[in-house]
Amino acid sequence: MSADAYVILAAILFSIGVLGFLVRRNALVLFMSVELMLNSCNLLFVTFARQWGNLDGQVASFFVMVVAAAEVVVGLSIIVAIFRTRRSASVDNANLLKY
Amino acid sequence: MTLLETLTPVPATGLFEYAWLMIAIPLAVAGLLLLAGKVTDAWGHFVATVAPIASFVIALVLFLDLLARDPGQRAVSSQLYDWVTAGSWTFRIGLLVDPLSIVFALLITGVGSLIHVYSIGYMAHDPGRRRFFAYLNLFIAAMLTLVLADNYLVLFVGWEGVGLASYLLISFWQHKPTAATAGKKAFVVNRVGDLGMVLAIFTMLAMFGSSSFVDVNAGAPGLSSFWATAIGVLLLVGACGKSAQVPLQSWLLDAMEGPTPVSALIHAATMVTAGVYLVVRSHAIYAQSTTAMTAVAIVGTVTLLFGAWIGCAKDDIKKVLAGSTMSQIGYMMLAAGIGPEGYAFAIFHLLTHGFFKANMFLGAGSVMHGMHDDVDMRHYGALRKYLPWTFVTFAMGYLAIIGFPMFAGFYSKDHIIEAAWEHSTVLGLCALIGAGVTAFYMTRLMLMTFFGQKRWQEGVHPHESPAVMIAPLVLLAIPSVVAGVAMNAWIAGWLAPAVGGEDPGLHWYPHLTPVGIATMAVVAVGIGVSWWLFGRGPIPAAVPYTSNPFIIAGRHDLYGDAFNETVLMRPGQALTSAVTTIDEKVVDGAVRGSAEVALGFGSGLRRLQNGYVRSYGLTMVLGLLVIGLFLVIGRLV
Repeated sequence: MSADAYVILAAILFSIGVLGFLVRRNALVLFMSVELMLNSCNLLFVTFARQWGNLDGQVASFFVMVVAAAEVVVGLSIIVAIFRTRRSASVDNANLLKY
Repeated sequence: MTLLETLTPVPATGLFEYAWLMIAIPLAVAGLLLLAGKVTDAWGHFVATVAPIASFVIALVLFLDLLARDPGQRAVSSQLYDWVTAGSWTFRIGLLVDPLSIVFALLITGVGSLIHVYSIGYMAHDPGRRRFFAYLNLFIAAMLTLVLADNYLVLFVGWEGVGLASYLLISFWQHKPTAATAGKKAFVVNRVGDLGMVLAIFTMLAMFGSSSFVDVNAGAPGLSSFWATAIGVLLLVGACGKSAQVPLQSWLLDAMEGPTPVSALIHAATMVTAGVYLVVRSHAIYAQSTTAMTAVAIVGTVTLLFGAWIGCAKDDIKKVLAGSTMSQIGYMMLAAGIGPEGYAFAIFHLLTHGFFKANMFLGAGSVMHGMHDDVDMRHYGALRKYLPWTFVTFAMGYLAIIGFPMFAGFYSKDHIIEAAWEHSTVLGLCALIGAGVTAFYMTRLMLMTFFGQKRWQEGVHPHESPAVMIAPLVLLAIPSVVAGVAMNAWIAGWLAPAVGGEDPGLHWYPHLTPVGIATMAVVAVGIGVSWWLFGRGPIPAAVPYTSNPFIIAGRHDLYGDAFNETVLMRPGQALTSAVTTIDEKVVDGAVRGSAEVALGFGSGLRRLQNGYVRSYGLTMVLGLLVIGLFLVIGRLV
């Protein structure tokens, strides 16, 4: 079975994630876009693990999942905190941390 | 001329081991008065007056001891301790009591004691009296260190010490800006002279490996003429600074801002003569260099005319006396520049001058005391009836300085004029003219102060000073009269072993020569001219207008300050401002400029951090695209 379809699917998912990250303002949607990019990478890991017949890629994808889970915990709490103080989840409003 | 071998000092025994007490006592009292503070306000000045008297007693005992000794045993060296030991160098602190230093010690402590007594009266109502007496004691200690040192380094310590005391006392009334400035001026001008002094000591250390008088005297004959001249001229620069000789004379007239006892002690009788002492003490060096000797004689001659000129044009009684001091020290320098024949006469004149000039300065102080501290002679007149004691004692000093026969100055100055005449006609003629001018301006001072009509300011009621001020005047008037008769036969023979001269075999009575008679004639002319101008008619109360360039120049101190300002101060200021500009514009400019560039670059880059998380994302994507593009192109190529 050819890996091409999986690679293309992963590329499409990643591109959707990137575009979503660049064009949307809502922090939660941005978050979902990031998850999409991470999972496209996971798909590639698993695909190539299957392709080469070893477990390295699968192990890596588990790491990514764990990191993503931790990231979600921290990130969501930050978003909630920002939302509580500013009554908005738009990332363009949260631009105080600058030059 | 034959040079006698100078004395080799013998180690100190007995009383001479305590010679250091002469310095230590006034120093300790100065420290006590300065450190103990107000506790000593009530009695401090009495302790301070006893200190120089104690030193005088020690000096007198040592002097009598020396007098009783065989002439070959009259130099006593007292080694106190090792000051600095570094590598092969050892500098000792030691004292040398010899015929030269002991007469100085007697003059300093003797005149110093009288001036302390006088100051008890003069400074009675001054709030800073304790400080004043402390400084006077400090001066006595420093001056004794200067003359009793047995090497140039310790001499230099005393040299700087008297400079410090002079500075502190000139600007004693610091609340007066003129006094503060005058003190600073004296300090700065003296630094120029000290530079010469320091360089001379360095040269001696390089040449002889030691700065002690014994080693320098022993090594001097082996010097090349260049180095002998160099040391001689550098020492002369030092002497010029301390003794207010041309071209470093400008500070002395301003130094009259200090209290009058200070002018009498430091700026007439003792400190300003330190330059003469230095030249005479360094006779072994000068014996090796005719050039340096001639330089000393010329400086002395120029100054004696310079000071006399200024003395003629001033109306401030203290400044007339200051000009006169410059002039008389010029005579001493001239004598010292003549060589071994002149050394003893230089010291002789120094001693008699110490008496009569201190006497006259204190007399001027007494006049000021009675005239509400007015120093302008145009406001005096007819004071002889109101200040009889001051008048009589001042007159003794006056007769001594103009060289009236049998008075002190008559002997000492005549010797110098004669020696100068034998040495060179030009110098002799200048010295002769100087004697006439001295008679002129001193007669003018006498006429304007004690004779003529009253020109007093409103509300001034002259009164005689208290006994505590009159007693020192009387005690100084006596040697002004008799010092010449008393010392003439003795002084040259006494000093000869120490200064390397010969005893010319003089007697107590004057030896009349054609030059001596000419001097008397010139003095008589000076007195006559002065009487003609100032003794006959009333003296204008305001400074009369004159178009005479000589008088205008004299009133402006012969433009000494203008010269210093134009030639030294302005170029110096221009140089410092140029250096400052270079430092600010070039050095600071480069440093600040590079910082500005880095700062500008940084603030440009800072704009990228705009706080919009999506623009960061775009940047990352673009970076990723660039990397990807490179990889793809690399694969294709």
